[in-house]
Amino acid sequence: MAEQEPGTGLDAAFFTRWLTACAAAVEREAAHLTDLDAAIGDADHGSNLQRGFRAVADTLAKDEPATPGAVLTLAGRQLISTVGGASGPLYGTLLRRTGKALGDAPAVGRAALAEALGQGVAAVAQLGGAKAGDKTMLDALEPAVAGLGQSYADAARAAADAAEATTPLQARKGRASYLGERSIGHQDPGATSAALLIGVLAETAEAGQ
Amino acid sequence: MSAGGQVGIVLVSHSAAVASGVAELAKGLAGGGATAPVAAAGGTPDGGLGTSSELITAAAAEVDGGAGVALLVDLGSAVLTVKTLLADGDELPEGARLVDAPFVEGAVAAVVTASAGGDLDAVAAAASEAYGYHKE
Repeated sequence: MAEQEPGTGLDAAFFTRWLTACAAAVEREAAHLTDLDAAIGDADHGSNLQRGFRAVADTLAKDEPATPGAVLTLAGRQLISTVGGASGPLYGTLLRRTGKALGDAPAVGRAALAEALGQGVAAVAQLGGAKAGDKTMLDALEPAVAGLGQSYADAARAAADAAEATTPLQARKGRASYLGERSIGHQDPGATSAALLIGVLAETAEAGQ
Repeated sequence: MSAGGQVGIVLVSHSAAVASGVAELAKGLAGGGATAPVAAAGGTPDGGLGTSSELITAAAAEVDGGAGVALLVDLGSAVLTVKTLLADGDELPEGARLVDAPFVEGAVAAVVTASAGGDLDAVAAAASEAYGYHKE
């Protein structure tokens, strides 16, 4: 796809393919995410995201929004209304703010997506009040945005590495923070699911090229 | 806004039993006659533990009399979901506000104040002040 044309490349169909592939990846990884959450949370991260992304895939198949911004905004809304846990408003805000930042453009390039995703991640940080190193999804999302400035593969690698690097951290936000030092030694489920979604973004981009 | 009606109160908890129990407690402690409208938005629509944006928006619509709606929440996704709905702009009634307050004590203070005719600022202030009631 048109990496040589920075203004174009990723259209509504691309974002629909990405989020539909996310739904499949979440189905595949749901048990793993829930296991991670059972160690330091309330053991519902996988099943919550499964419910949310199933609803996203169903809605996108029915509605077929016309622009990248509309796809992401609609998907964000679905997550907010169907997930039932904190990951709903957090990922919902991520997608909605990213979609809003993309505006009405019929297609966008990687640099524009990185810029918009950065705004989405900033909105997540503001909503949840977390910062880097608190052992949350932000630990994977912030490096992903930085990596996306270089390439899709860099974004995926940065997010995956950052998710693994949450293991020795002590949780400072969310349900896991109640565990204090006992949260150390477990990989954060939110950072893990964030890395999963960014990994699928890279796979979708590669498949389209 | 402020069409002379009472401020509505929405109680959002991960648990349906907690939300409806606190609603009952707050109305009971508000005393005697009719109280301000109170609605519970607890748990998920299928009866599980969690937060439902649909139950929250339905509860807010139910208690909205034009004088504003104070939303009190327990923790985690309840806080984040209400903040997200407020940021979205169109799903909650005009004059809906997340109140920073302890859930049980804040709910009692809010319902008492709203029932006495306090406006949204007064209801929010009374609920937040409940943080100052130390038990030891």
